[in-house]
Amino acid sequence: MIRLNVILIVLVLASALALVSAQHQSRKLFIELERLQARERALEVEWGQLQLEQSTWAAHSRVEKLARERLHLVTPDPRHVLVLDGDAGAAR
Amino acid sequence: MKKNFTFNHNPLLSEKLPVWRARFVLVTLLSAFVALVCRAAWLQGVKTDFLQAKGESRYARVIELPADRGKIVDRHGEVLAVSTPVRSVWAIPDDVSLTPAQSRELARMLGIDASELNRKLASEKEFVYLKRQVPPELADRIAALNLPGIHEQNEFRRFYPTGEVAAHVVGFTDVDDNGQEGIELAFQKDLVGQAGSRRVIKDRRGHIVEDVESIKKPRAGADVVLALDSKIQYLAYSALKQAVAVNKAKAGSAVVIDVKTGEILALVNNPTYNPNNRLRLSGAQLRNRALTDTFEPGSTMKPFTAALALDKGKFRFDTIINCAPGRMTIGSATISDAHPHGALTVAQVIQKSSNIGAAKMALSMPPEEMWQMFDSLGFGSPLKLGFPGEAPGRLRPARIWRPIEQATMSYGHGISVNLMQIAQAYLVFARQGDLIPLSLTRVDTPPLHGKPVFSEQTAREVRAMLESVTQPGGTATLAQVPGYRVGGKTGTAMKIEGGVYANKYVSSFVGLGPISNPRLIVAVMIDEPSGGKHYGGEVAAPVFSEVMAGSLRALGVPPDAPLRPMQVAQTQRTDADVKEGM
Repeated sequence: MIRLNVILIVLVLASALALVSAQHQSRKLFIELERLQARERALEVEWGQLQLEQSTWAAHSRVEKLARERLHLVTPDPRHVLVLDGDAGAAR
Repeated sequence: MKKNFTFNHNPLLSEKLPVWRARFVLVTLLSAFVALVCRAAWLQGVKTDFLQAKGESRYARVIELPADRGKIVDRHGEVLAVSTPVRSVWAIPDDVSLTPAQSRELARMLGIDASELNRKLASEKEFVYLKRQVPPELADRIAALNLPGIHEQNEFRRFYPTGEVAAHVVGFTDVDDNGQEGIELAFQKDLVGQAGSRRVIKDRRGHIVEDVESIKKPRAGADVVLALDSKIQYLAYSALKQAVAVNKAKAGSAVVIDVKTGEILALVNNPTYNPNNRLRLSGAQLRNRALTDTFEPGSTMKPFTAALALDKGKFRFDTIINCAPGRMTIGSATISDAHPHGALTVAQVIQKSSNIGAAKMALSMPPEEMWQMFDSLGFGSPLKLGFPGEAPGRLRPARIWRPIEQATMSYGHGISVNLMQIAQAYLVFARQGDLIPLSLTRVDTPPLHGKPVFSEQTAREVRAMLESVTQPGGTATLAQVPGYRVGGKTGTAMKIEGGVYANKYVSSFVGLGPISNPRLIVAVMIDEPSGGKHYGGEVAAPVFSEVMAGSLRALGVPPDAPLRPMQVAQTQRTDADVKEGM
């Protein structure tokens, strides 16, 4: 009888300690999750801002202005354009 | 039982106490105990839910999870509208007590007047916005001041990187992120997300220590993929802007439609506005003229009259119509040609744009047939693009047409349409005589066959007539596109002001290309050109040419009228090969 009690007490103690440790573990993991979720949100925000920035830099009006004024590019005369036929274009 | 208790041997205290006193104390204590038990049972049993909720509210919090509004992107995924988070600074005026230095500092950071700040803080309301849409970095610094009663709230602000180029298509949202115009309004339901919420446990310092449950997952708004091609959109925008400026016009619109899918690749209006900065907006800038303004199309209607005449077998493309002497009286009214012509074939009536020729064809047909055709081309009924403020145009029922009206309608007077409608109607010539619905969003499985309006042969014959318009002898040689065979029809219509035709014009050109296998329809409308020219062939056709040339090149459509290259092809190809080899 006493032996059984001792075993049960040991088991209860072990279970209690395991609970504490599991709880601690879960808190720690939760904080980690929280941190990563915050990071995800921050990255998403940054991505949106970068997309915005990219499309601002790549705006057709800006590209055209730079091409014409700084690089002095012009639309080629159609007679200077060599058109490859469909197959050649697909083979590229 | 003893009658008396003695607690002490002190004779002074040996007074015999009556037994009822002990009983009284006992009963009092017992009843107090019973009262406690009852109270406990009441709290534990009956009020338990309320109390637990109260307790929970001390540590559990429900957090709102904001949902992003969906992006609007063009057909290649280029961003046309995107939301980024900003904060709004708000205050509970009763809780605020600032030193003058603090309030000066706050006003400076918010970029508002100190007096205005004080006025807002003196308000009787329980909640006032101090400033909305503050950049996050600035909001962080304001939060760091740790002022009592000043709070911040996360919000989103919408940015439009293409600015005024696609303003009329994309539209804009208000400060609360609700669509107000354009796609933002039309697709509000899809774009808007659903805010979620979750329950957490917070400690005394406000840190979240445990995630209890997710009550509702936030659902981000769906992205909307438009049919728009931002390259073509920009081409159309700059060509139109220039044309409106050169011709000193009041306004203008242009649309580009993909013939195979019915997608709207570009839709521009001038004047326009910058959706990122909407101070001092005028109604004229906001108007999406291509959809909301109707006008009498003028001669761009003639090809439909001719097509109906061909389709019913009354005329052939080479049937001779006598258009001399350039005027014709129907009832009490007289119609005339801008330039008198003699005898013309049906093809020449289109090429030279003869009103008399078109009227004669129309008068040979019953009004019902013409009405039937106009109706099946979509005139007089809205396009149902889901766009706000779309005008259906006007098509009166055939039974009240007088002969003169039937005649003028054949060349586009007495009927009104918007630019998008007439552009869509030209699909019947660009396709095999069938009409497909237009789409603002990208179409991944295009309809193979639309609603038939004309026969395939009629479409082909009218296409040839349209090409002749841009060739020497036609009214729109300026519409030519080097390297491609294109066709179209000019329109120069007088405007009605107060019921009479005023000396003001709407010049238009609607065309398609390449003729051998049509891919695009471009329609241009210039309102009140006053730079000395007003014919559609002089004002609108050059815009058509520029937009068509750029768009066909952007789409990689092979030229069907190749010009002889100035360099020898073989040499150039070897050069390229050598370069690639290196």
